[in-house]
Amino acid sequence: MINLIWLLLIIIGILVAAIKGQPEIITDTVIQSANLGVRYSFDLIGLMTFWLGIMRLGEAAGLVDILAKIIRPFTRVLFPSVPANHPAMGAILLNISANVLGLGNAATPFGLKAMQELQLLNKNSNEASDAMITFLAINTSCIVIVPATIIGVRVAAGSINPTEIVGTTLFATLIGMTIALTADKVFRLFTRKG
Amino acid sequence: MLESFISLLSKWTIPFLVLFIPTFAYIKGVKVYEEFIVGAEEGFKIAIKLIPYLVAMLVAIGIFRNSGAMNIVVTAISPVISFFGIPGEILPLAIMRPLSGGGALGLATELINTFGPDSLIGRLASTMQGSSDTTFFVLTVYFGSVGISKYRHALWVGLIADITSFIASIYIVNKIFG
Repeated sequence: MINLIWLLLIIIGILVAAIKGQPEIITDTVIQSANLGVRYSFDLIGLMTFWLGIMRLGEAAGLVDILAKIIRPFTRVLFPSVPANHPAMGAILLNISANVLGLGNAATPFGLKAMQELQLLNKNSNEASDAMITFLAINTSCIVIVPATIIGVRVAAGSINPTEIVGTTLFATLIGMTIALTADKVFRLFTRKG
Repeated sequence: MLESFISLLSKWTIPFLVLFIPTFAYIKGVKVYEEFIVGAEEGFKIAIKLIPYLVAMLVAIGIFRNSGAMNIVVTAISPVISFFGIPGEILPLAIMRPLSGGGALGLATELINTFGPDSLIGRLASTMQGSSDTTFFVLTVYFGSVGISKYRHALWVGLIADITSFIASIYIVNKIFG
């Protein structure tokens, strides 16, 4: 499916540029977007390096295990295929906590660490496992208590009450996450285990 | 009250973690500097591994967006959206949100500044921007970091979540501020 979506984005985009008679847009975009991909990866190097170092300390000190144990009642239901107290759980919890608090920069390294751990459990190495899909369902729809970036934008725009959208954001994310997890369970019924 | 608590929380969480985790580890007898290096070494490899996935996805989305194809989609859906009483100004943001984080933030900022942060559209844009994620991008980065190219139903689940958050945002903002 991702193959078709990827191809359609390109075909439709190039067709529209062709109809408008502006093929140079495509040429410029290819260069810019390709560089953007590399730049993002490079920007991530420092953060990844730092947070994986900190994370390693948390693991060595047993903190990650403690976290994993605390959330075991939830993870048992959400991730039945992941063994109890697996290191992935600590990383998942840290990633979700960072997301909830609006700390996007710290969330990504924890999340990628969680994916590394889940991949170790994934026998079929180029196909997503059930646990990964559930993790990403939570990650992308995760409840947000501190939508930090948008509060910043509102402050800059001179809002009288910049944080008044905290409640509405929490509501919307709560509904979104509930539906995402339900959809994940339903899809899982129709697809084979992996 | 809420405001100062939230700003305190978002300012102090990272410094707290950076202080607490190494200190706790040291007390537990971990050789903190040496262990930090062992963990940190992995970071470079993971970040570099993302490049092919990011380039593939960002180029495709960039072509779709910059060619004007995305605008055509927005114009086509607008009448349907207005039929349900949803302000049409918000639609480009809803479509951009799962595709491009920077693009969506730009649109949200523009809406907030044009209509005012305390207007209905400003509040709606804020809630929508805060309540969903750049699904395509997150999937690309997360799956890319472990070399997965078969997403199974992950994309559908993410998009269903985005649409749900979008509808929930409209509902709650109208209910509370409408």
